[in-house]
Amino acid sequence: MLLDVGSLAVMGVTLGAVLGTAAKLLAVPTNPLEDELQALLPGSQCGQCGFVGCSQYAAALAKGDTPITLCAPGGKGTIEALAKKLGVEANADDHEEQAPQHAHIKEDLCIGCLRCVQECTSDAIVGANKQLHTIIVDQCHGCAKCFKVCPTEAIEMCTVPVTMAAWHWGKPQSEPAHH
Amino acid sequence: MKLFPVRGGIHPEYRKERTAEQAIVTLPMPAALYIPLQQHIGAASEAIVAAGDSVKKGQVIAKSGGVVSAAAHAPTSGLVVAVTEVTAPHASGLPLITIIIEPDGKDEWADDLPAPIADPFAADSKVIRDRVAASGIVGMGGAAFPSAVKLNLGTQHKLQTLLINGAECEPYLTCDDRVMREFADEVIDGARIMAHALGAPNIVIGIETNKPAAIEAMGKAAAAHTNITVVGVPVQYPMGSERHLVQAITGLETPARKLTADLGVVVHNVATARAVHKAVRLGQPLVRRVITVSGGAVARPSNVEVPLGTMVADLVAFCGGFTQPPRRVVNGGPMMGQPLPSLEVPVVKGMSGILGLTTEETGEEPAKPCIRCGTCVTICPCGLVPVEMARFIKHDRLDDAAKWGVTDCVSCGSCSYVCPSHIPLVHYFNYAKGALSAADRERRRLDTIKGLVENHNARIEKQQAAKKAAAAAAAAAKAQAAQASTTDDDKANA
Repeated sequence: MLLDVGSLAVMGVTLGAVLGTAAKLLAVPTNPLEDELQALLPGSQCGQCGFVGCSQYAAALAKGDTPITLCAPGGKGTIEALAKKLGVEANADDHEEQAPQHAHIKEDLCIGCLRCVQECTSDAIVGANKQLHTIIVDQCHGCAKCFKVCPTEAIEMCTVPVTMAAWHWGKPQSEPAHH
Repeated sequence: MKLFPVRGGIHPEYRKERTAEQAIVTLPMPAALYIPLQQHIGAASEAIVAAGDSVKKGQVIAKSGGVVSAAAHAPTSGLVVAVTEVTAPHASGLPLITIIIEPDGKDEWADDLPAPIADPFAADSKVIRDRVAASGIVGMGGAAFPSAVKLNLGTQHKLQTLLINGAECEPYLTCDDRVMREFADEVIDGARIMAHALGAPNIVIGIETNKPAAIEAMGKAAAAHTNITVVGVPVQYPMGSERHLVQAITGLETPARKLTADLGVVVHNVATARAVHKAVRLGQPLVRRVITVSGGAVARPSNVEVPLGTMVADLVAFCGGFTQPPRRVVNGGPMMGQPLPSLEVPVVKGMSGILGLTTEETGEEPAKPCIRCGTCVTICPCGLVPVEMARFIKHDRLDDAAKWGVTDCVSCGSCSYVCPSHIPLVHYFNYAKGALSAADRERRRLDTIKGLVENHNARIEKQQAAKKAAAAAAAAAKAQAAQASTTDDDKANA
């Protein structure tokens, strides 16, 4: 009985020590902050920030060598969330809040070449070879990748119109001096 | 009937005497009517007429655009001259697609109006709901929520009471008061039909005690029905708020993000009840409403019955125009009403009042620093802490304001009314609620797109894997074929 318990305990301690050292020595260096930051980004991999995708931007953010205001589709909400996570001031002043955009295909210019369809990361373009293509506006996140590849300039970027349901009062202007 | 106390609230000057004693007058048919396709909460309706079509009164001109939506009907007979964008009667001043009708002066009803339901109390509740939906009825107290959807609550909840809201707690407004005095029988009949559709055994009619004539008229009309109680509720703004009226009658507080139906009570406005009476008993859809035109700048304040789609400018002109340029033109009451962008906007189903308020009446003053007197906390009828919420919002900490319950604010405006420093508290909360729900919508949209992108990437990966596998298979087949042919050659050689 004592022998059983003793041998198991010895095995436990030895294996535990081995595993612990191995974990320390062979650890793959990842920054947990990166994953957390990536979760805050839209994840549409649009590349508008200048990085290849959201995970690369998150990595750069975690290193702290890039501004937090680069994500266009995320807008002000994302900037604030990133600022909170990183503990920096959300200085959205130099970030020009861009109204959400969507692509639109001018029907008389589209030649049905499928290039935009291949570029689209959110399957927001429907079309077939030599058939007129069209954009599903609700699925478009305005990354403008299609806009860049269109050989006939048939794609334009439009501002998503403000509807009455989405409209709301602005922040009061006449604010008390101290509050 | 025993009443229960409701916390907070204010007692503004009511100023109802300007219109309360005058009978409802009828507006002569205007030269043109403008019917927007969105007069209700929910999806916009879809126009089914085009320019050049002639229409009859009561004819459907726009069909319901979804589950939560409402149809629109021609308010008179005439010619559709255009379906185009017109400024909405909304503080945003944004345009809405609007059907413009030129009346032919005959005011002829359509031949194919739905037949009156002879005995609505023997009819299935679905028949009543369908009729209410087909008649385009929405909550006429101001919220404009499609009534048929609200009548559906009986199918999911066990209901005890239909509460008819005749509190009319907003100053100036007297249209519900006049409707109860002049059409008490129609309101009671409509209420009984709605209670039947809801499966609610009891009906309570709540009227603020500053309307004794309405209480008397309704009491008389309800005398024959033992399940109807007419109750005079305390004059305490915002008694007309659905949740607060329910609390006064039942003593139960509706939990945050729940419905009064969870407490077994459904609330409908008196004018809505009258509209249901007309739809069920006469087959007439909602094409007219009574509206209070008042305020210090209006020459002849009155209650006017108007065809829906009347330009506010025509309505104001009928009331003698303005004696002085109004500081603000308000849609609704002075507490919760919203400023109108101009007078060139149409009257819609949920519009209960048009007020031309003078500078003395609006009493606007520049905001001064908060002295943390706590009056707003004392009077908040929802038990919130306006002073703290406003401070968070001022510093753009909307999430903190949400934690303090800003989304439970009913925007009654009591805090702004009592604030000795004139801080626009309810404006802060309206901004915060709008911004929070916009952020929420945006987050949901981005989540949807994230899902789409993940699907897209997974599909591309699968396609590439399949291609690779196919290529490998093809290569293997080729190799095998080559080997087979060498074996054949070997055999031949052998």
